[in-house]
Amino acid sequence: MTAVTDEVLSFDEAMEKYDPVLGFEVHVELNTRTKMFSSAPNAFGDVPNTNVTPVDLGLPGVLPVVNGVAVESAIKIGLALNCRIAEKCYFARKNYFYPDTPKNFQTSQFEDPIAYDGSIDIELADGTVFTVEIERAHMEEDAGKLTHMGGATGRIQGAEFSLVDYNRAGVPLIEIVTKPIVGAGSRAPELAKAYVAAIREIVKNLGVSDARMERGNVRCDANVSLKPKGQEKFGTRTETKNVNSLRAVEHAVRYEIQRHAAVLDSGTPIQQETRHWHEDTRSTTSGRPKSDADDYRYFPEPDLVPVVTNDAWIEKLRAELPEPPAERRKRLQADWGYSDAEFRDVVNAGVMSSIEDTVAAGVSAAVARKWWMGEISRRAKLADVEPAELGVTPELIVELNALIESGKINDKLSRDVLDGVLAGEGTPAEVVEKRGLAVVSDDGPLLEAIDGALAAQPDVADKIRGGKVQAVGAIVGGVMKATRGQADAGRVRELILQRLGVEG
Amino acid sequence: MAEINRDDVAHLARLAHIDMTDDELDRMAGELGGIVDAIKSVSEVAGDDVPATSHPIPLSNVFRDDVVGETLSNEEALLGAPDNADGRFKVPAILDGE
Amino acid sequence: MTELIHLSADALSQKLAAKEVSAVEATQAYLDRIDAVDGAINAFLHVNTDEALLVAAGVDKARTDGDTLHPLAGVPIAVKDLIVTKGQPTTAGSRILEGWQSPYDATVVRKLRAARMPILGKTNLDEFAMGSSTEHSAYGPTRNPWDLDRIPGGSGGGSAAAVAAFEAPLALGTDTGGSIRQPGAVTGTVGVKPTYGGVSRYGAIAMASSLDQIGPVSRTVLDSALLHEVIGGHDPHDSTSLTDPVGALVEAARLGQVEGMRIGVIKELQGEGYQAGVLTRFHESLDLLRSAGAEIVEVSCPNFRYALSAYYLIMPSEASSNLAKYDGVRFGLRVVPEGTPTIERVMGATRAAGFGDEVKRRIILGTYALSAGYYDAYYGSAQKVRTLIQRDFAAAFEQADVLISPTAPTTAFKLGEKLDDPLAMYLNDVATIPANMAGVPGLSLPGGLADEDGLPVGIQLLAPARKDARLYRVGAVLESLLEATWGGPLLAQAPEITGGK
Ligand SMILES: [Mg+2]
Ligand SMILES: [Zn+2]
Repeated sequence: MTAVTDEVLSFDEAMEKYDPVLGFEVHVELNTRTKMFSSAPNAFGDVPNTNVTPVDLGLPGVLPVVNGVAVESAIKIGLALNCRIAEKCYFARKNYFYPDTPKNFQTSQFEDPIAYDGSIDIELADGTVFTVEIERAHMEEDAGKLTHMGGATGRIQGAEFSLVDYNRAGVPLIEIVTKPIVGAGSRAPELAKAYVAAIREIVKNLGVSDARMERGNVRCDANVSLKPKGQEKFGTRTETKNVNSLRAVEHAVRYEIQRHAAVLDSGTPIQQETRHWHEDTRSTTSGRPKSDADDYRYFPEPDLVPVVTNDAWIEKLRAELPEPPAERRKRLQADWGYSDAEFRDVVNAGVMSSIEDTVAAGVSAAVARKWWMGEISRRAKLADVEPAELGVTPELIVELNALIESGKINDKLSRDVLDGVLAGEGTPAEVVEKRGLAVVSDDGPLLEAIDGALAAQPDVADKIRGGKVQAVGAIVGGVMKATRGQADAGRVRELILQRLGVEG
Repeated sequence: MAEINRDDVAHLARLAHIDMTDDELDRMAGELGGIVDAIKSVSEVAGDDVPATSHPIPLSNVFRDDVVGETLSNEEALLGAPDNADGRFKVPAILDGE
Repeated sequence: MTELIHLSADALSQKLAAKEVSAVEATQAYLDRIDAVDGAINAFLHVNTDEALLVAAGVDKARTDGDTLHPLAGVPIAVKDLIVTKGQPTTAGSRILEGWQSPYDATVVRKLRAARMPILGKTNLDEFAMGSSTEHSAYGPTRNPWDLDRIPGGSGGGSAAAVAAFEAPLALGTDTGGSIRQPGAVTGTVGVKPTYGGVSRYGAIAMASSLDQIGPVSRTVLDSALLHEVIGGHDPHDSTSLTDPVGALVEAARLGQVEGMRIGVIKELQGEGYQAGVLTRFHESLDLLRSAGAEIVEVSCPNFRYALSAYYLIMPSEASSNLAKYDGVRFGLRVVPEGTPTIERVMGATRAAGFGDEVKRRIILGTYALSAGYYDAYYGSAQKVRTLIQRDFAAAFEQADVLISPTAPTTAFKLGEKLDDPLAMYLNDVATIPANMAGVPGLSLPGGLADEDGLPVGIQLLAPARKDARLYRVGAVLESLLEATWGGPLLAQAPEITGGK
């Protein structure tokens, strides 16, 4: 497939002429044990077509039964988004044919979502708070997974055939839809990312979703339209489907703003259509235009009875809600003793929960921060993923830290150990063993290396003897080089000073 | 009888994913027109004050415990499939080739 | 063995319990009868010989061992081929499911197996239960045992004909707009549509989910009660399943008492469009009930006249969605057009080849009724009419304990007579549809033979939701009064079936 590259306007120029209007549909996969309408396991990564009952394959004669925990999770999400909870709501069938949809209709909700009319405050990196209004949150089911074969790199275009795995079919989803978001201006891309991050944080905090974007637990469809400055009426929007990382959300919104601006500048109207996001080129391509085939013929699902709520039930669920994220942040900052600047950096880097988990696993808040804001963030930036998506677990950090504190490895070596663990070479201890990374702790070889280094730089040795203790670094460097970094630098320094008869 | 024409039926057949020949479209348009004429009076019977009934016996909040039950094996799942490969259901290309 | 197959299920179960006859003998007798006459009737799409005999042998052994058995253990039964059964094909009367075998049993089938009733096979029906004559089966029509040139009703013509032709003592049917009761009426058998939710729909291939209900087909009122108690009751696999206990249906049928009961004649379900011989037999039944001490009152259900129209919007709407799953991806037929077609084109070709005309008609009609711009006028309005029909029933049941009407406006018509006139075909269900729209239970029992054609007439009883027992209580009385006037069961007057082999 040849990629069509659209014209784009520079972001700044686009912002001079147009106001962006955003809208998001975020799908959250719940982490219930079973599916939305069947007792098949809701599990990721199993052998294809094994987490299925006759219901999940849509076999003739089957009937759905609602997962009560999924309904309670939906209500909790609604409450956390400050929504009103429907007194009575129905499931509805959304009819369309697609091979990943076993019944050729999706069981969803239509006229009466379980939660509606909410809002959440989104804090941007500099502390600015932006209120996003929530139109609705409704319950529905996920589709199966298609794998496209015989074409280029698993793409649907040019594929000869496709394979369908229905393990994911029927996994409970909550779709959260915003009202149009106006007034974000040039901060629209940043707000987009922050909004999705906030939703992810909320559902993870509620414990109702694993919220792992790399696994598709949280998926975002981003709507963008532009209106010329000063105009009231919204422009035509495009919907960029399945933007599945926080960075991608930011980039996709930014790209669509630039592309819309170029199209509008050329005097062409925007076509209402879905767009596909391509991470490799950081651009979108045209998907399917809206057509009369998008007539979903919704009607109330006759096989399911309505959900009726009451105050007692809702209040019981409200009482089960965990601490809201803003209060949680306040508490964590106090517990960890970070400065305002330190804490904001942690939040902006998206590693607050990771640090919380790591502290809970048994290291100090300072050590946890050092890892997540240092080495892990550095690697995430290089890989262009979120730090939490690298696969570094709190347990791994605890083990690495223990190895450092016991003097078995030093900071520098710990990075090699991390490489090894992430490359699947085993536990940190195993990697140390296999790669031969242990710090040289026997003084014998060290003294040999020190003597060598002193002999190589006699002038430096003299300076030290003369009291210029700070010059010791050059000798330490020489020793570290000779031992290929496997020496404990502190011990080396001690031994050099001893050797030269100087007080450290 | 002019209620439903051939193009309408062609559109409905596309929505319903049923291929129809020109003859079938013509015949179906005639039959549907007759049926719709005979039943369209329902739209005039009940006023705004009458609620809709979607379920004949009113029930609510029928929920299942979140407990894993019996599943089909991969072989059972694929047993009736017209085509399969690699433990999955095999379908022709979704998009038209070049 | 003729006497054995003529026994009611109740009588057979007593002979089995008394070890006067074995389950294998009884099952073999029915299999022999199927072999002898089904070539002429075509009630069965699949005969389940080996498994039926195996189950029967197991019952006989258990009885010899002194195990406690269900009263109907060893009593054979036929199952409408809309209900899925493990180890046997299930076709729904459609090409699109030809050769398909379900990997699971319907809940009612599980219950039959638990009661150890040998399943004789799967019975013919209009494709996906869409029809009133069984002529819309992809596997050829079933013929009426009373006259082989006539229809056995539908969609459950196979189950009704099997029971009428003594090919089975009992059968399961499904009733969406009358598919148990109308075949019962035209074949001189008993059929019951239970209260919606009274019998699990899990494993019954859906036509219209809010209307479908599985129910018993039999030769006597008591036999239907016996079967109803086996299949009824709550099922966690069906969200619309009632949690109420099934009720003492058998007891009600054995008690059979109408003294002091008020029986309401529905004004709108008689007169114009009803065959004279049907109305004559209907009025005789009213007289008999009156003579037995019932009070006959007239009730009016003015909105019933919109029931057929509303039904023909709701039913096809739900069906168009329920039948979307037949697409050649996961099971059943796949038709691949020439060249290298996309899945879209395969689906279109598969559904074009796999579905018959009536199914296509209803899918297109339902797609239309639900489509953008028409929903409110059609589907939405039909649902409001449904409310009005429910209100009519509520008002009528204020005045009467049960309601009564002819089951069908006419006796069995000739094969082919209405095949090309869908609207005329739809009118067969005018009296049965209101019960499905409101979810209330209904029973049809033989009311005698129409004078003009000598064919069976059906009498329909209707009760409030959850009051199925009343149907059996009144039905048993009317049945015994009628049989007294006939000098025996109506089916004893049916002609010999010839040309079966
Ligand atoms: Mg959506
Ligand atoms: Zn959705």
